[in-house]
Amino acid sequence: MASKKFLYINRRPPHGSIYAHESLEVVLIGAAFEQDVTLAFIDDGVYQLMQNQDTGGVGLKNFAPTFRALGDYDVNQIYVEQESLELRGLSKDDLIPLTYEDEDDDWAEKDSIHVVSSAELADIIEQQDVILNF
Amino acid sequence: MAIELEGKSYETDEEGYLVNLSDWNDQLANEMAKADGAVLDENHWEVINFLRDYYEEYQIAPAVRVLTKAVGKKLGKDKGTSKYLYELFPYGPAKQACKYAGLPKPTGCV
Repeated sequence: MASKKFLYINRRPPHGSIYAHESLEVVLIGAAFEQDVTLAFIDDGVYQLMQNQDTGGVGLKNFAPTFRALGDYDVNQIYVEQESLELRGLSKDDLIPLTYEDEDDDWAEKDSIHVVSSAELADIIEQQDVILNF
Repeated sequence: MAIELEGKSYETDEEGYLVNLSDWNDQLANEMAKADGAVLDENHWEVINFLRDYYEEYQIAPAVRVLTKAVGKKLGKDKGTSKYLYELFPYGPAKQACKYAGLPKPTGCV
């Protein structure tokens, strides 16, 4: 049986609500059971992937380093919406570099993050079986 | 629940996982193993230390599939098998080794 394609859409900033952290937990659980997982970051969700986060001031766990484990979980389709980055004065360089090792290409290290336009993202959403919004 | 060791009390949850990560020390790990009827040798410690490093870097305890793959990469292919890890930690490598390492139960473990 072909596995269903799951897309997790992350729209909220990393802290201030439990959504971002919970989304990541669900993604890891799904991936541990070998779901086909794709992640999308749009609107304030792009802040979740910012480099050099420091949660000391808000007294919450900084879970940003956990995104770097996604490659180990074979989660390597991570799409960030270009327009959301631009509106916030950000570019891909501001994001945590996320990579995976491609089993089919002699374990070459490859980029997991793809910056895509809103129109391209719409096509990606179109290809999914299950969509979860966080 | 709690573990008593040398006059100090360490808080654990109902499954025996340490509540405060910073409480951990190797004596405590030995004590937890003893309660399960196990004795930790250098092969156990290799995995326990690996898990602590993994947590330090990624802030999660890895699922067993991920642990197996990562151990194989770091400690050698012969050790990156579920057979090897289950022999060391018969209650489930991720679950049992994480407990001794003072980490929370792995995400995805039910």
